[in-house]
Amino acid sequence: MTVFTCPAPIGNRDTVLLGHGSGGRLSAELLREVFLPILANPVLCRLEDQATVEINGVRLAFTTDSFVVKPLFFPGGDIGSLSVNGTVNDLAMGGAKPLFLSSAFILEEGFAIDDLRRITASMAQAAERAGVAIVTGDTKVVEKGSGDGVYINTTGIGLVRDGLNLSAGGARPGDAVILSGAIGDHGICILTRREGLELDTAIESDTAPLHSLVDAILSVSTGVRAMRDPTRGGLASTLNEIAAQSGVGIRVEEQAIPVHDTVRGACELLGLDPLYVANEGKLVAIVAAEDADAVVAAMRTDSLGRDAGIIGHITERDPGMVTMRTAFGTTRIVDMLAGDQLPRIC
Amino acid sequence: MKYLDEYRDARVVRALATRIRARITKPWVLMEICGGQTHTIMRYGLEELLPPEVELVHGPGCPVCVTPLEVIDRAIEIASQPGVIFVSYGDMLRVPGSRSDLLRVKAAGGDLRIAYSPMDALQIARDHPTRAVVFFGIGFETTAPANATAVWAAKREGLANFSMLASHVLVPPAIRLILGSPANRVQGFIAPGHVCAVMGYSEYQELTEEFHVPIVVGGFEPVDVLEAIAMLVDQLESGRAVTENQYVRSVTEAGNRAAQQRMSEVFEISDHRWRGIGHIPASGYRIRDAYAAFDADRVFDTGQIRVEEPAECISALVLQGLKKPADCPAFGTHCTPQQPLGASMVSIEGVCAAYHAYRRHTA
Repeated sequence: MTVFTCPAPIGNRDTVLLGHGSGGRLSAELLREVFLPILANPVLCRLEDQATVEINGVRLAFTTDSFVVKPLFFPGGDIGSLSVNGTVNDLAMGGAKPLFLSSAFILEEGFAIDDLRRITASMAQAAERAGVAIVTGDTKVVEKGSGDGVYINTTGIGLVRDGLNLSAGGARPGDAVILSGAIGDHGICILTRREGLELDTAIESDTAPLHSLVDAILSVSTGVRAMRDPTRGGLASTLNEIAAQSGVGIRVEEQAIPVHDTVRGACELLGLDPLYVANEGKLVAIVAAEDADAVVAAMRTDSLGRDAGIIGHITERDPGMVTMRTAFGTTRIVDMLAGDQLPRIC
Repeated sequence: MKYLDEYRDARVVRALATRIRARITKPWVLMEICGGQTHTIMRYGLEELLPPEVELVHGPGCPVCVTPLEVIDRAIEIASQPGVIFVSYGDMLRVPGSRSDLLRVKAAGGDLRIAYSPMDALQIARDHPTRAVVFFGIGFETTAPANATAVWAAKREGLANFSMLASHVLVPPAIRLILGSPANRVQGFIAPGHVCAVMGYSEYQELTEEFHVPIVVGGFEPVDVLEAIAMLVDQLESGRAVTENQYVRSVTEAGNRAAQQRMSEVFEISDHRWRGIGHIPASGYRIRDAYAAFDADRVFDTGQIRVEEPAECISALVLQGLKKPADCPAFGTHCTPQQPLGASMVSIEGVCAAYHAYRRHTA
């Protein structure tokens, strides 16, 4: 038999690619190879969606996020509401009550003041709905061509509930995996707008603050191990992160994962897999098996959790791996993508 | 969802699997040609439903994967030129050339755009009359009609700033190469339904007669793939070898005559190199001289760029069914979708990428 020696892999350590922002393996690599070695500290290295820090005996959740969505306005929301909900959700996933936000605007020369006013009003409305106050901010303007209209960064702090220690590293074999509703709405909404696809039924972004859904969950269970909102990279990436950080396997049931028909249709058309499409108003909770039914029932009383259900469970088998039982009873591995999901050719 | 759910019906799928198990008495090696079918087999774990006697080998039907290295290098050369807008199907962007890939041309400031149709590229050319707009027209007979139409329309409109970098390959010559190889193991083929929707299936009838091999034109949903396998097993077990059509809802014997006419107006058959396989006679299309002004290779004088494929990659053997992806020592270690070595790891339809993403975890 011939000995096969493949040529050295094409290294790509020299420049940043769009895929480095995809939430997939390339993003993780950037974190692991550039940021963490330089910035490492015990809080950062927990790699949660929010840092939990203790100040004078008070535990605070602290998080930041930047928003570069295009188009700026889309069915179901805009960059303003998205920037508030995104940070509120990162706080809420740590079991914190979101309190205060900052907002920093990077504006491109020539951007319409009317649009800026509209975005700001949308932020105010979202903040009111989430019960947070935007208490500080910053504005910078870059030359025409150096930005894309407007980029927004929001940073938030919240108060962590007493005795609560949620972590993506906390999943244990036997735990239930609960999903709050249908996946892929936000990503497909943005993509179809960007591609100018005319669909029979408009797909709205699911952008929403999840703090009240989190309240509902935590009010009925002390067995919640972890919560995550599956944003960029979609449900598949979030489950892979939990599996890796907890050193466990995750087994999900394809038929238990809701996907709206319009999203399924658009995914078929575009050659995409909804498991990897972004959400902005959904959460995944890892919950002790004995509490799972009560948590699902509590979630269903909240309008954002109406379609909540158990989609799978944590296994000892296949640590670090996510597998899915298909509708045919066969098994498929749900891997993490390298970069962005690229449309298939045919 | 109508037109989809009925072809993913678990009861129908299980019934087909039972039918195959009941019929089969000895081992058979079958090949699905099309990357889309490979994807379905992996995504739905269909091999788990099949009896051990059925061995599926995954053929060279991913157009992204078989686009030769030198064509990628030509694309990179053109896309790097100032003023060019380079328009491509999405998954071509990550395919490594000999030194770089199109995503890195984009990161370096190149104007690269993803399109779902060559018609999008035509529109970009109309909107930017002072820029040279180049569409990367690759694919099998499936994408060829739309790509031909774009070139034809550009000429008719006098859209002088539009051109196409064409790399089209044809399925029947590849099947002929596999069947003609002394090492061939494949005993039955699932022919690609979408290619046949365009071309019809008389070319496959010729192959059936010449090599006495059963061929079933198959669709892309789980029910389609399993039914095609059941039809092949039935032929093999009964000693028959004919071309049959499973994908009757899309494919007719004659195919789409209008599409064929448009293709032959713009393209002529030529020899072609396949990445991972090599030179196959009369296995591709080139743009006819009458349309030379819209042929990017001639417009940008890139036609002379020649690159040898790395001899080390085993994709030639994988794509002919002589090796499985896991037989390559690089598979999943230093060849991954993130750092693809060979093209069959790049596209999600590529057999190595499909195996990597959906490999059965029992394996």
